[in-house]
Amino acid sequence: MSAVRWFRKGAEILALAGIALMFVFPFLWMTLTALKGMDEVHVFPPTWIPEQILWENFAQAWGSGPFLTYFFNSIFVAVAILVLQIVTGVPAAYAFARYRFRGSKVLFALTLIALMIPPQLTFLPVFIQMSEWDLLNTYLPLILPYAASAFGIFLLRQAFMQVPEELIEAARLDKASEWQIIWTIMLPMAKPVLITFGLFSFIYHWNDYFWPLVMTNNDAFRTLPLGIAMLKSSEGSIYWNIVMAGNVILVLPILLMFFMAQRQIIRAFVYSGVK
Amino acid sequence: MRAAEKLRPYLFTAPSMLIFWLFFLYPIGYMIYLSFTSWNMIHPVKEFVGLENYQELLADPDFHQVMSNTVLYTVLSVLIALGLALVLALWLNRSGWVYSMMQGAIFSPYIISLVSVSLLWLWLMDPQYGLLNWLLGLIGLPPSPWLSHNDTAIYALVLVSVWKMVGYNTLVCIAGLQSIPKELHEAAQLDKASVWSEFWRITLPMLSPTLFFLLVVNTISSFQVFDTVKIMTQGGPVNSTNMLVYYIFEYGFEFFKIGYASAAGVVLFVLIGLMTVFHFLILSRRVHYR
Repeated sequence: MSAVRWFRKGAEILALAGIALMFVFPFLWMTLTALKGMDEVHVFPPTWIPEQILWENFAQAWGSGPFLTYFFNSIFVAVAILVLQIVTGVPAAYAFARYRFRGSKVLFALTLIALMIPPQLTFLPVFIQMSEWDLLNTYLPLILPYAASAFGIFLLRQAFMQVPEELIEAARLDKASEWQIIWTIMLPMAKPVLITFGLFSFIYHWNDYFWPLVMTNNDAFRTLPLGIAMLKSSEGSIYWNIVMAGNVILVLPILLMFFMAQRQIIRAFVYSGVK
Repeated sequence: MRAAEKLRPYLFTAPSMLIFWLFFLYPIGYMIYLSFTSWNMIHPVKEFVGLENYQELLADPDFHQVMSNTVLYTVLSVLIALGLALVLALWLNRSGWVYSMMQGAIFSPYIISLVSVSLLWLWLMDPQYGLLNWLLGLIGLPPSPWLSHNDTAIYALVLVSVWKMVGYNTLVCIAGLQSIPKELHEAAQLDKASVWSEFWRITLPMLSPTLFFLLVVNTISSFQVFDTVKIMTQGGPVNSTNMLVYYIFEYGFEFFKIGYASAAGVVLFVLIGLMTVFHFLILSRRVHYR
């Protein structure tokens, strides 16, 4: 009996390890390839451990374009978006959660619609708008359309609705202004939600390829995902070791964040759907 | 003082609403208008052409193939990713570090840039030196052309999509499973219901809102596939992986047929709109039945 149970447990562990490998091994393979020389990349059957570990592949990938600019742009755009989303989202969420006002249903419906409309639907008209306003070749087409987040407003609104009314009444009796109420009562109570949303927004925009691809045609404003994708686009044979080295540079910050804050990140993304 | 108080909610919501109007709602209207014009992005005049773009779209055999590719890709990715996720969720919905590590492992592709995912799989699927063909060789199968043949390319993209999505679906399913009241399972066990009938009578019905939600969300997001197409196949070989958003992108940004691209965009808008409305109808029906 016990032998059967041990056998079943062992089989399960083996199956689990196999599944985990399917999801994790590609990342490992990416790193191994990034460390190989080009002649070793073209060995079939493939070798596992690189004969010679070539760290300089990373330097070569980094040096094959204005990667410092791409890197700066990625961070700048993702942080600017997050800051703006919080600046616009907190008062809006507070208004939806705490005020009753004429037209609130219409405005909330507008927020709902914004939540439903994906960038893949608006990119063409928004690009034309941006060119008509003469804003192409600035950071604005990358940042402005994301300056408010419907998802952020939803999350914050829910958090603000849970703050007990008595706390706010007490603050109002103490002649606290609305901004003070937001700053000293609402935001501290909503801290976990802010962290969740911040992780979601930063990771989304750090990873984003589609929007910057459409909105930029100048290296000065391109972001890291575009630069990494261009590593491959040269005609002729692809230098897989260099491409994978670039890939490691793109993925590493996110994977490190995931190791450190796995639970928060999972919650951020799982909740982004389950509302 | 009172007037200021009355104005306050509008001031608080104004910045967000302005953004939503300018970059979400208005562009849709603008796109619908553009779809009735002929314009190359440079010419000063947008010439009104009525329904011509739509007629051209419907007559274009490439567009037919694009639509059938998109539907095939969506149906396969969604069904496979959802089915696998259900199995994985039932399996991994346990406490203990092994299971939480497993959940993290299968979720990790979901938070990685699609650029990385695309490049990584392009390399794994390399017909000459790729690891996947080496693996096929190990189990005695002939090598596959993967992305380089029009019979297999779209299935290769489905594989990549499933790999990326399944972890998200699994974790949402696990969240759904954990919200099923424990008493229901206990009652079933008291009644000595078999594991199988407990699954069919309790778990699946209670999980059905979650599964339905995932079905809709996955369908909408698969319908908009772009990044993998752009990086891995550019719609080829022979158009076999050209899908709706890539088609719009090509006509807009490579052929500069803005009116035509907008008409295709309106098609995407209508389809996404229908799916969203359908989702809400079902949701509101469920609320009424309670």
